[in-house]
Amino acid sequence: MPWRLLRFALSKKHPEPRMFAQPDKLKTSYDAVIIGGGGHGLAAAYYLARDHGMKNIAVLEKGYIGGGNTGRNTTIIRSNYLTPEGVKFYDASVDLWKDLSQDFDLNLFYSTRGHYTLAHTDAAMRTMRWRAEVNKHYGVDSEVVGPAEIRKASPQIDLSCGGHSPILGALYHAPGAVARHDAVAWGYGRGASMRGVEIHQQTQVTGIDVQGGKVCGVHTDKGYIATPKVLCAVAGSTPRITDMVGLRTPIYIHPLQAMVSEPMKPWLNPILVSGSLHIYVSQSARGELVMGASLDPYELHSTRSTLDFVEGLSAHMLDMFPFLSHVKVVRQWAGMADMTPDFAPIMGKTPIEGFYLDAGWGTWGFKATPISGKTMAYTLANDRNHELIEGFSLSRFAQYALTGEKGAASVGH
Amino acid sequence: MKILTCPINGARPISEFTYGGEYRAMPDPQTASDVVWADYVFNRNGAPSVKLEWWCHTPSTTWFIAERDTARDVVIRSFLFDEMNTQGGAA
Repeated sequence: MPWRLLRFALSKKHPEPRMFAQPDKLKTSYDAVIIGGGGHGLAAAYYLARDHGMKNIAVLEKGYIGGGNTGRNTTIIRSNYLTPEGVKFYDASVDLWKDLSQDFDLNLFYSTRGHYTLAHTDAAMRTMRWRAEVNKHYGVDSEVVGPAEIRKASPQIDLSCGGHSPILGALYHAPGAVARHDAVAWGYGRGASMRGVEIHQQTQVTGIDVQGGKVCGVHTDKGYIATPKVLCAVAGSTPRITDMVGLRTPIYIHPLQAMVSEPMKPWLNPILVSGSLHIYVSQSARGELVMGASLDPYELHSTRSTLDFVEGLSAHMLDMFPFLSHVKVVRQWAGMADMTPDFAPIMGKTPIEGFYLDAGWGTWGFKATPISGKTMAYTLANDRNHELIEGFSLSRFAQYALTGEKGAASVGH
Repeated sequence: MKILTCPINGARPISEFTYGGEYRAMPDPQTASDVVWADYVFNRNGAPSVKLEWWCHTPSTTWFIAERDTARDVVIRSFLFDEMNTQGGAA
């Protein structure tokens, strides 16, 4: 063992500077408490401290930073959505993504690949054209392409998909990208910590005090905190938190699984998505194929893995790429998806004063990390919904005014 | 959960079943206000708990009720909807 390494094994001093400070104890009060130390919660803390001068903030995380859906997604970033609200929102996110490595001084391995959403039916082609037109209207780079262009981008593909679901075309979205997801949480965490935000890991919220319709404090397993503002950014645990304040929401929880193959030489440059075959796949910088599919078919609050998922996804992968038949799957895992009826998030103010929601991120939350942080920070600081999130408020359901985004989901869920 | 017991066909693999969501009492559509109706249509009990749920045994299209712990994925019992009044308790 090199002497340098041994020296640090014996010393209490860590050789590298820590990504963020580890505060010992909770203070008795903060200007705002953010529940959930994933990408979204840390991004909100970062922009609150950087852009709005709110630094007396605690981020409470029951596990560890980025251990939830931030570290469990398949890292795809795109803005080729269906509704004007969605396209504008996710496009603002892509703009932030492009500068984020510079912003953090941390390499996120942000890699623009191009994103193909394959269509196997006339109905799917119609949705692709619809999305392309909405995208172009808002200045987002999307176009419908034919099988020849798909073959050029991915020569290994079997365009007939085993003969039973031939590819008719695709929605091509040039800015589609992948990034190193856990670095996103660390980057935001470090940036927030440097500006005075306290990040408390292993700290679980057990209750929220609401008096006269106003938030006044948070109970945790490490003590009570007085605070006028609480942001709930806990993805699959959202219903447990909203139950604490007596808020009804349409959120329901299903597991979403993913898996990776053994590493291979680079052969797949673009990100490929097939709604009909329930696949999204990209090749990581390490050479592994990162693959995801649709939601598990019933409600469950557990990140267990199933063989059904691996079998189903592998079979569909082989329809598209028969040459992968000898490739091994090396890991699979699951995350808890907080689904909404219209496949759009639930963000912003709630009927409870000082209680803000950043939820309903289902299967589409990672790409929105920067913009949700930025818009939620604005909403918390000004107690007014940011204009980009007006279409995502909880009140849209009582008004029967949904933001129908299901047609832009990667796969038919 | 890998096996579910259908009240008609007995214990069958989970791949033969379709999930139908939590059993919820419907307010009267003629008299319910818009707010009450929206709450019924959209809102759900998302937190983990023991729930009464609709399930369908797909090959025989048998719809029935299963009581399941959604945190541990354990089915406590299953029965036909006709027995809801005697078995269901407060839903």
